[in-house]
Amino acid sequence: MTLARRIIPCLDTDGEWVVKGVQFQGLRRQGDPAEFAARYDAEGADELVVLDIAASRDRRPTFLETIRRVAAALSIPLAAGGGIRALEDARAVVRAGADKITVNTAAVERPELIEELAAEFGSQAVVLAIDARRGNAGFEVWVRGAREPAGRDAIEWAREGVRRGAGEILLTSIDRDGTREGFDVELTASVSGAVSAPVIASGGADSPEHFLDIFERGMADAALAASIFHERLVPIAELKRMLAERGVPVRRTAGKPKC
Amino acid sequence: MKITLVDYGAGNLPSVERALARLGAETERATRGEELERAEAIVLPGVGHFAALARALAADGLAQGLNAAIERGAAFLGICLGMQALYERSEEAPEMAGLARLRGAVRPLEAGVKLPHMGWNQVRRPRPSALLAGIPDDAWFYFAHSYAAFDGGEEAVAQCDYGGDFTAAIECGRVAGVQFHPEKSGEAGAALLKNFLEMAR
Repeated sequence: MTLARRIIPCLDTDGEWVVKGVQFQGLRRQGDPAEFAARYDAEGADELVVLDIAASRDRRPTFLETIRRVAAALSIPLAAGGGIRALEDARAVVRAGADKITVNTAAVERPELIEELAAEFGSQAVVLAIDARRGNAGFEVWVRGAREPAGRDAIEWAREGVRRGAGEILLTSIDRDGTREGFDVELTASVSGAVSAPVIASGGADSPEHFLDIFERGMADAALAASIFHERLVPIAELKRMLAERGVPVRRTAGKPKC
Repeated sequence: MKITLVDYGAGNLPSVERALARLGAETERATRGEELERAEAIVLPGVGHFAALARALAADGLAQGLNAAIERGAAFLGICLGMQALYERSEEAPEMAGLARLRGAVRPLEAGVKLPHMGWNQVRRPRPSALLAGIPDDAWFYFAHSYAAFDGGEEAVAQCDYGGDFTAAIECGRVAGVQFHPEKSGEAGAALLKNFLEMAR
């Protein structure tokens, strides 16, 4: 018996539609989040993340409706985030059907938010998302969609976040995001070794070998990717078969993909 | 037959409702002890802190209502924190009381592993059970917790190993509990909920 390494597809949305990429220019609609969710559930994804990357206040009700539709399509856990600034934002997201809440910029600006969320929903429901970039002095935290430096060390921030009650770290390498060069093994291993909570690696996945590498050398507990799954470049069942063959504990499902 | 879900504000209640609805079960919510008087099958969901659940049980006559229902033979399934509620108490909130249907206390998972125990794991089954009947031995279930019961007595029908053995499922007559989340455990979880519906019949 071993805890399985998790494979987590991520749906970046504009609140309503799955959109391509995390650069805010030229968002291209890729499809209906609930349809993606149903497909990933059937294909053996271990969990799903849905993010509102626009996160504008007036689009909030739309995103909550998206969470409801996505949750209804799933028999696996759902984490949701983007623009969660206060306890009441998180309540709405949980009430809409998310099992976990991800926080990023708002937690950097007011770290007590992590404690408030953990007290209300439990640590298992609080995911601290950290966007990290290589700088002169190690890995630095960037906020506001990775556009502004936060002036904090990523490893220190991960430690503090877990101390404050985050139950998981969703760690994105800004340097690797969108490059398809593979996950940042050094960043992930550094954070994973520094905190007592599970770490989800994100940014740069393009091949099954990248996943193998981030689990073996990067000490990741889970790995997240978006476009390679959306575009069916790496089918989840195939990816898990390969990982299992190479000795990585993964959850294999008997269910056949529906399409 | 209706399944009565105890509604004390637990975040996973809608997920449990949805999972049961997918199996064709009719559900209703109960917020007060007196609403459990005629319940035939009860699900106590739960995530988060033991204190929040214990406080809710103490209020609105829920603890008395649950105990009375169990004693007159209603089927019961506790999920995650809802299973932990079956014990006398939890070290997560030592001053608060559980339902005390089972002896002992819920304790933190062993140090030396990442916490929470988060994700998919497999279980070992020391004895056959109605709850896990027909589910493959190597099935995966979704866990998200830092506390668990360890005194695997007669009633323990599944054990999980995460830095050491803990009780993953209990079954004692028509009373059942699972430390994992069947409502989030894909096909295996759906099969388990279906077994509970059978038990309750």
